[in-house]
Amino acid sequence: MIRSELIQKIAEENPHLYQRDVERIVNTVFEEVTGAMARGDRVELRGFGAFSVKKRDARVGRNPRTGETVTVEEKHVPFFKTGKLLRDRLNGKEE
Amino acid sequence: MSEKTLTRMDLSEAVFREVGLSRNESAQLVESLLEHMSDALVRGEQVKISSFGTFSVRDKSARIGRNPKTGEEVPIQPRRVLTFRPSHLMKDRVASGNKA
Repeated sequence: MIRSELIQKIAEENPHLYQRDVERIVNTVFEEVTGAMARGDRVELRGFGAFSVKKRDARVGRNPRTGETVTVEEKHVPFFKTGKLLRDRLNGKEE
Repeated sequence: MSEKTLTRMDLSEAVFREVGLSRNESAQLVESLLEHMSDALVRGEQVKISSFGTFSVRDKSARIGRNPKTGEEVPIQPRRVLTFRPSHLMKDRVASGNKA
């Protein structure tokens, strides 16, 4: 499933909404999640999962091609943990 | 870092602000979006949201695990797990937004 198919499904269920509004709704949700993480916030969606930011410490890395050592700065990366309900559903345990 | 936690309520509030629908309808739309994504994943489909990231379902085979506290061996059944791979855009925004 890709973004446009998700928009399509929601639009079909909501014939009273303009397609372009459904697009804005879907885009807003994803933008809100990304924006929250960019501020260092968490997004917890019970049953689905939680988006959070993890800190990766600075380290001394190595350029695999040249073998040269390089310092890699501390950085923050997005992280997703699956919610319990979805994890159970993936494994055939319906509620 | 501000370390706030956003919930469904914040997402529906954002939808409410963006598209003049009622709060109630905004909340239902957020719920329906999450349901469609979950249903696709449960069917084993990949969910690929451009400029956001990709959710995929992976099969893990059975293995012998160990209770870290007791050292006891326990069988772990084969299972399906969900992984999320953030897009480059998301990685870049999260990295630059959280720079010290």
